[in-house]
Amino acid sequence: MIHQYKLGGYNIVLDICSGSVHAVDDVAYDIIAMFEGSDKETVISAMKEKYVDGIEITDADIDECYQQVEQLRDAGKLFAPDTFEPMAGELKNKTRGVVKALCIHIAHTCNLNCAYCFASQGKYQGERAIMSYEVGKRALDFLIENSGTRRNLEVDFFGGEPLMNFEVVKQLVAYARSVEKEHNKNFRFTLTTNGLLIDDDVIEFANKEMSNVVLSLDGRKEIHDRYRVDYAGNGSWERIVPKFRKLVEARGGKNYYMRGTFTHANPDFLNDIKQMLDLGFTELSMEPLSAHRATPRS
Amino acid sequence: MKHIETIETKNLCESAKKGGCGECQTSCQSACKTSCGIANQQCESKESK
Repeated sequence: MIHQYKLGGYNIVLDICSGSVHAVDDVAYDIIAMFEGSDKETVISAMKEKYVDGIEITDADIDECYQQVEQLRDAGKLFAPDTFEPMAGELKNKTRGVVKALCIHIAHTCNLNCAYCFASQGKYQGERAIMSYEVGKRALDFLIENSGTRRNLEVDFFGGEPLMNFEVVKQLVAYARSVEKEHNKNFRFTLTTNGLLIDDDVIEFANKEMSNVVLSLDGRKEIHDRYRVDYAGNGSWERIVPKFRKLVEARGGKNYYMRGTFTHANPDFLNDIKQMLDLGFTELSMEPLSAHRATPRS
Repeated sequence: MKHIETIETKNLCESAKKGGCGECQTSCQSACKTSCGIANQQCESKESK
Protein backbone atom coordinates (compact mmCIF):
# COMPACT_ATOMS: atom_id res chain seq x y z
CA MET A 1 0.00 0.00 0.00
CA ILE A 2 1.42 3.39 -0.91
CA HIS A 3 0.35 6.94 -0.34
CA GLN A 4 1.54 9.59 -2.75
CA TYR A 5 1.05 13.33 -2.78
CA LYS A 6 2.57 16.62 -3.89
CA LEU A 7 3.36 19.27 -1.34
CA GLY A 8 5.74 22.19 -1.04
CA GLY A 9 7.36 21.45 -4.35
CA TYR A 10 8.03 17.82 -3.49
CA ASN A 11 6.53 14.65 -4.88
CA ILE A 12 6.34 12.29 -1.93
CA VAL A 13 5.64 8.57 -1.93
CA LEU A 14 5.14 6.73 1.35
CA ASP A 15 5.37 2.98 1.36
CA ILE A 16 3.16 2.13 4.29
CA CYS A 17 4.15 -1.45 4.98
CA SER A 18 7.92 -1.02 4.85
CA GLY A 19 7.94 2.49 6.32
CA SER A 20 10.00 3.83 3.42
CA VAL A 21 9.80 7.45 2.33
CA HIS A 22 10.66 8.46 -1.22
CA ALA A 23 11.01 11.84 -2.92
CA VAL A 24 10.45 11.30 -6.63
CA ASP A 25 10.45 13.26 -9.86
CA ASP A 26 7.32 13.77 -11.98
CA VAL A 27 7.87 10.74 -14.21
CA ALA A 28 8.41 8.43 -11.26
CA TYR A 29 5.33 9.92 -9.57
CA ASP A 30 3.19 9.11 -12.60
CA ILE A 31 4.66 5.65 -13.09
CA ILE A 32 4.12 4.78 -9.45
CA ALA A 33 0.49 5.89 -9.67
CA MET A 34 -0.13 3.40 -12.48
CA PHE A 35 2.30 0.66 -11.48
CA GLU A 36 0.06 -1.73 -9.62
CA GLY A 37 -2.96 -1.34 -11.84
CA SER A 38 -1.37 -1.79 -15.26
CA ASP A 39 1.28 -3.89 -16.95
CA LYS A 40 4.65 -2.50 -17.96
CA GLU A 41 3.75 -1.85 -21.57
CA THR A 42 0.63 0.09 -20.69
CA VAL A 43 2.46 2.23 -18.19
CA ILE A 44 5.38 2.99 -20.47
CA SER A 45 3.20 3.92 -23.39
CA ALA A 46 1.09 6.17 -21.19
CA MET A 47 4.25 7.94 -20.09
CA LYS A 48 5.53 8.30 -23.62
CA GLU A 49 2.22 9.85 -24.54
CA LYS A 50 2.27 12.26 -21.63
CA TYR A 51 5.92 13.26 -21.95
CA VAL A 52 5.58 13.40 -25.70
CA ASP A 53 8.05 16.13 -26.56
CA GLY A 54 10.91 14.03 -25.32
CA ILE A 55 13.13 17.03 -24.77
CA GLU A 56 13.42 16.93 -21.00
CA ILE A 57 12.18 13.38 -20.59
CA THR A 58 13.35 10.87 -23.18
CA ASP A 59 12.03 7.41 -23.88
CA ALA A 60 15.19 6.07 -22.30
CA ASP A 61 14.48 8.06 -19.14
CA ILE A 62 11.03 6.52 -18.93
CA ASP A 63 12.39 2.98 -19.29
CA GLU A 64 15.12 3.69 -16.76
CA CYS A 65 12.63 5.16 -14.32
CA TYR A 66 10.34 2.15 -14.59
CA GLN A 67 13.31 -0.09 -13.81
CA GLN A 68 14.14 1.96 -10.74
CA VAL A 69 10.59 1.50 -9.48
CA GLU A 70 10.87 -2.26 -10.06
CA GLN A 71 14.19 -2.39 -8.21
CA LEU A 72 12.68 -0.68 -5.19
CA ARG A 73 9.76 -3.06 -5.28
CA ASP A 74 12.16 -6.01 -5.40
CA ALA A 75 14.12 -4.53 -2.50
CA GLY A 76 10.94 -4.40 -0.42
CA LYS A 77 10.89 -0.60 -0.20
CA LEU A 78 8.00 0.09 -2.54
CA PHE A 79 4.71 -1.79 -2.78
CA ALA A 80 5.84 -3.95 0.14
CA PRO A 81 3.14 -6.52 0.92
CA ASP A 82 1.02 -6.22 4.04
CA THR A 83 2.17 -9.05 6.24
CA PHE A 84 1.00 -7.35 9.42
CA GLU A 85 -2.60 -8.42 9.59
CA PRO A 86 -1.91 -12.10 10.22
CA MET A 87 0.72 -11.35 12.85
CA ALA A 88 -1.33 -8.79 14.77
CA GLY A 89 -2.88 -11.30 17.12
CA GLU A 90 0.45 -12.96 17.79
CA LEU A 91 2.23 -9.69 18.56
CA LYS A 92 -0.59 -8.68 20.86
CA ASN A 93 -0.36 -11.95 22.76
CA LYS A 94 3.33 -11.44 23.38
CA THR A 95 2.56 -8.43 25.54
CA ARG A 96 -0.65 -9.56 27.15
CA GLY A 97 -0.94 -8.21 30.68
CA VAL A 98 2.08 -5.93 30.42
CA VAL A 99 1.54 -2.44 31.80
CA LYS A 100 4.12 0.18 30.96
CA ALA A 101 2.53 3.52 31.80
CA LEU A 102 0.07 4.88 34.31
CA CYS A 103 -1.91 8.06 34.48
CA ILE A 104 -2.36 8.88 38.15
CA HIS A 105 -5.28 11.11 39.16
CA ILE A 106 -3.38 12.51 42.06
CA ALA A 107 -6.07 15.11 42.74
CA HIS A 108 -9.77 14.67 42.01
CA THR A 109 -10.33 18.36 42.56
CA CYS A 110 -9.29 21.62 41.01
CA ASN A 111 -8.67 25.25 41.84
CA LEU A 112 -10.22 26.39 38.59
CA ASN A 113 -13.78 26.08 37.40
CA CYS A 114 -13.37 25.78 33.65
CA ALA A 115 -16.81 25.54 32.10
CA TYR A 116 -15.70 23.13 29.42
CA CYS A 117 -13.79 20.72 31.66
CA PHE A 118 -14.12 17.15 30.44
CA ALA A 119 -13.37 16.06 34.01
CA SER A 120 -16.22 18.18 35.42
CA GLN A 121 -13.87 20.52 37.26
CA GLY A 122 -11.62 17.67 38.32
CA LYS A 123 -14.25 15.64 40.11
CA TYR A 124 -15.24 13.40 37.18
CA GLN A 125 -18.84 13.75 38.33
CA GLY A 126 -18.00 12.28 41.72
CA GLU A 127 -16.74 13.65 45.00
CA ARG A 128 -13.68 15.83 45.46
CA ALA A 129 -10.77 13.77 46.69
CA ILE A 130 -7.03 13.85 47.12
CA MET A 131 -4.97 10.72 46.58
CA SER A 132 -3.17 9.41 49.62
CA TYR A 133 0.50 8.49 49.47
CA GLU A 134 -0.42 4.87 50.24
CA VAL A 135 -2.69 4.57 47.23
CA GLY A 136 -0.13 6.27 44.98
CA LYS A 137 2.63 3.99 46.25
CA ARG A 138 0.44 0.95 45.56
CA ALA A 139 -0.10 2.24 42.03
CA LEU A 140 3.64 2.52 41.44
CA ASP A 141 4.20 -0.95 42.87
CA PHE A 142 1.44 -2.28 40.62
CA LEU A 143 3.16 -0.73 37.64
CA ILE A 144 6.51 -2.27 38.53
CA GLU A 145 4.97 -5.68 39.22
CA ASN A 146 3.16 -5.76 35.87
CA SER A 147 5.75 -4.14 33.65
CA GLY A 148 7.38 -7.37 32.56
CA THR A 149 10.73 -6.73 30.91
CA ARG A 150 9.96 -3.06 30.09
CA ARG A 151 12.55 -0.80 31.60
CA ASN A 152 11.11 2.63 30.77
CA LEU A 153 7.95 3.24 32.81
CA GLU A 154 5.93 6.39 32.27
CA VAL A 155 3.87 7.95 35.03
CA ASP A 156 1.71 11.00 34.39
CA PHE A 157 0.46 13.15 37.25
CA PHE A 158 -2.99 14.26 36.17
CA GLY A 159 -6.31 15.33 37.62
CA GLY A 160 -8.00 17.66 38.40
CA GLU A 161 -5.08 19.85 39.34
CA PRO A 162 -2.07 17.79 40.44
CA LEU A 163 -0.34 20.68 42.21
CA MET A 164 -3.14 20.69 44.76
CA ASN A 165 -1.50 17.49 45.99
CA PHE A 166 2.09 18.49 45.35
CA GLU A 167 3.42 16.96 48.58
CA VAL A 168 2.25 13.50 47.57
CA VAL A 169 3.62 14.01 44.06
CA LYS A 170 7.04 14.66 45.59
CA GLN A 171 6.77 11.69 47.92
CA LEU A 172 5.80 9.35 45.11
CA VAL A 173 8.63 10.48 42.89
CA ALA A 174 11.06 9.97 45.77
CA TYR A 175 9.66 6.49 46.31
CA ALA A 176 9.98 5.60 42.65
CA ARG A 177 13.58 6.79 42.58
CA SER A 178 14.34 4.70 45.66
CA VAL A 179 13.24 1.44 44.04
CA GLU A 180 14.24 1.98 40.42
CA LYS A 181 17.65 0.35 40.52
CA GLU A 182 16.54 -2.67 42.46
CA HIS A 183 13.92 -3.50 39.81
CA ASN A 184 15.96 -2.28 36.84
CA LYS A 185 13.36 0.32 35.95
CA ASN A 186 13.61 3.87 34.68
CA PHE A 187 10.68 6.10 35.69
CA ARG A 188 9.80 9.01 33.45
CA PHE A 189 7.33 11.46 34.93
CA THR A 190 5.07 14.03 33.35
CA LEU A 191 3.13 16.72 35.17
CA THR A 192 0.06 18.46 33.77
CA THR A 193 -0.99 21.70 35.41
CA ASN A 194 -3.21 24.76 34.99
CA GLY A 195 -0.30 26.79 36.37
CA LEU A 196 -1.96 28.60 39.27
CA LEU A 197 0.17 26.89 41.90
CA ILE A 198 3.51 27.03 40.10
CA ASP A 199 6.18 28.56 42.32
CA ASP A 200 9.96 28.29 42.57
CA ASP A 201 9.71 24.99 44.45
CA VAL A 202 7.58 23.49 41.70
CA ILE A 203 9.93 24.81 39.04
CA GLU A 204 12.99 23.39 40.73
CA PHE A 205 11.32 20.03 41.34
CA ALA A 206 9.95 19.80 37.81
CA ASN A 207 13.31 20.49 36.27
CA LYS A 208 14.92 17.86 38.43
CA GLU A 209 12.32 15.09 38.13
CA MET A 210 9.79 15.69 35.35
CA SER A 211 10.72 14.52 31.86
CA ASN A 212 7.89 16.63 30.52
CA VAL A 213 5.44 19.24 31.77
CA VAL A 214 2.10 19.94 30.12
CA LEU A 215 0.88 23.51 30.70
CA SER A 216 -2.75 24.45 30.03
CA LEU A 217 -3.04 27.68 28.09
CA ASP A 218 -5.62 28.45 25.42
CA GLY A 219 -3.87 31.38 23.73
CA ARG A 220 -5.17 34.95 23.75
CA LYS A 221 -6.27 36.33 27.13
CA GLU A 222 -9.86 36.91 26.11
CA ILE A 223 -10.13 33.40 24.69
CA HIS A 224 -8.40 31.71 27.61
CA ASP A 225 -10.43 33.63 30.21
CA ARG A 226 -13.71 32.89 28.49
CA TYR A 227 -13.65 29.41 29.96
CA ARG A 228 -10.68 29.09 32.30
CA VAL A 229 -11.92 30.95 35.35
CA ASP A 230 -11.62 30.34 39.07
CA TYR A 231 -14.53 29.90 41.47
CA ALA A 232 -14.84 33.66 41.88
CA GLY A 233 -15.32 33.91 38.13
CA ASN A 234 -11.98 35.60 37.52
CA GLY A 235 -9.83 34.69 34.54
CA SER A 236 -6.52 32.95 35.11
CA TRP A 237 -4.45 34.15 32.16
CA GLU A 238 -2.66 37.04 33.83
CA ARG A 239 -1.66 34.93 36.82
CA ILE A 240 -0.35 31.92 34.95
CA VAL A 241 1.44 33.38 31.95
CA PRO A 242 4.36 34.78 33.98
CA LYS A 243 4.63 31.50 35.87
CA PHE A 244 4.64 29.50 32.66
CA ARG A 245 7.30 31.73 31.15
CA LYS A 246 9.48 31.35 34.20
CA LEU A 247 9.09 27.59 34.21
CA VAL A 248 9.76 27.20 30.51
CA GLU A 249 12.81 29.42 30.68
CA ALA A 250 14.16 27.44 33.61
CA ARG A 251 13.73 24.28 31.52
CA GLY A 252 15.85 25.72 28.76
CA GLY A 253 12.87 26.09 26.47
CA LYS A 254 12.32 22.39 25.99
CA ASN A 255 10.64 19.28 27.42
CA TYR A 256 7.34 21.03 27.85
CA TYR A 257 4.10 21.50 25.95
CA MET A 258 1.63 24.35 26.04
CA ARG A 259 -1.67 22.51 25.91
CA GLY A 260 -4.41 24.61 24.38
CA THR A 261 -8.04 23.83 23.76
CA PHE A 262 -10.01 25.55 21.04
CA THR A 263 -13.79 25.68 20.81
CA HIS A 264 -16.54 27.05 18.58
CA ALA A 265 -15.72 30.39 20.22
CA ASN A 266 -12.37 30.60 18.45
CA PRO A 267 -12.36 28.98 15.03
CA ASP A 268 -9.65 31.57 14.32
CA PHE A 269 -7.41 29.73 16.79
CA LEU A 270 -4.39 30.34 14.61
CA ASN A 271 -4.40 33.69 16.39
CA ASP A 272 -4.14 31.87 19.70
CA ILE A 273 -1.21 29.88 18.39
CA LYS A 274 0.34 33.14 17.27
CA GLN A 275 -0.19 34.58 20.73
CA MET A 276 1.61 31.65 22.30
CA LEU A 277 4.49 32.06 19.88
CA ASP A 278 4.61 35.77 20.71
CA LEU A 279 4.86 34.85 24.38
CA GLY A 280 7.94 32.80 23.56
CA PHE A 281 6.37 29.34 23.68
CA THR A 282 7.39 27.11 20.80
CA GLU A 283 6.25 23.66 21.90
CA LEU A 284 2.51 23.74 21.30
CA SER A 285 -0.31 21.25 21.34
CA MET A 286 -3.66 22.68 20.35
CA GLU A 287 -6.68 20.41 20.39
CA PRO A 288 -10.40 20.79 19.89
CA LEU A 289 -12.77 20.64 22.81
CA SER A 290 -13.91 17.08 23.48
CA ALA A 291 -17.14 17.96 25.31
CA HIS A 292 -20.30 19.69 24.23
CA ARG A 293 -22.46 22.66 25.05
CA ALA A 294 -20.06 24.23 27.51
CA THR A 295 -21.26 27.72 28.20
CA PRO A 296 -18.89 30.31 29.61
CA ARG A 297 -19.66 31.65 33.02
CA SER A 298 -20.68 35.25 32.82
CA MET B 1 19.47 9.71 -13.97
CA LYS B 2 18.15 8.98 -10.54
CA HIS B 3 14.39 9.45 -10.46
CA ILE B 4 13.79 8.43 -6.87
CA GLU B 5 15.46 9.61 -3.68
CA THR B 6 14.83 7.13 -0.87
CA ILE B 7 15.11 8.33 2.70
CA GLU B 8 16.44 5.37 4.57
CA THR B 9 14.19 4.51 7.47
CA LYS B 10 13.84 1.42 9.57
CA ASN B 11 12.36 -1.47 7.65
CA LEU B 12 9.04 -2.19 9.36
CA CYS B 13 8.71 -5.67 7.90
CA GLU B 14 12.07 -6.63 9.43
CA SER B 15 11.29 -5.14 12.81
CA ALA B 16 7.90 -6.85 12.87
CA LYS B 17 9.57 -10.27 12.82
CA LYS B 18 10.69 -9.94 16.43
CA GLY B 19 8.31 -7.14 17.36
CA GLY B 20 10.37 -4.23 18.62
CA CYS B 21 11.93 -3.58 22.04
CA GLY B 22 8.83 -2.06 23.66
CA GLU B 23 10.62 0.88 25.27
CA CYS B 24 8.95 3.72 23.33
CA GLN B 25 7.64 6.51 25.50
CA THR B 26 3.94 5.90 26.09
CA SER B 27 3.19 8.83 28.34
CA CYS B 28 -0.19 10.09 27.25
CA GLN B 29 -2.62 12.07 29.35
CA SER B 30 -6.16 11.21 28.45
CA ALA B 31 -6.75 14.75 27.29
CA CYS B 32 -3.49 15.29 25.54
CA LYS B 33 -2.76 12.62 23.02
CA THR B 34 -0.63 14.82 20.86
CA SER B 35 2.00 15.28 23.53
CA CYS B 36 3.38 11.92 22.63
CA GLY B 37 3.86 10.77 19.07
CA ILE B 38 6.48 9.27 16.82
CA ALA B 39 7.37 12.70 15.49
CA ASN B 40 8.75 13.86 18.83
CA GLN B 41 10.16 10.69 20.33
CA GLN B 42 13.67 9.35 20.25
CA CYS B 43 14.16 5.68 19.52
CA GLU B 44 14.94 3.94 22.81
CA SER B 45 16.23 0.73 21.29
CA LYS B 46 19.78 -0.05 22.35
CA GLU B 47 20.34 -1.84 19.06
CA SER B 48 19.80 1.28 17.06
CA LYS B 49 22.24 3.39 19.07
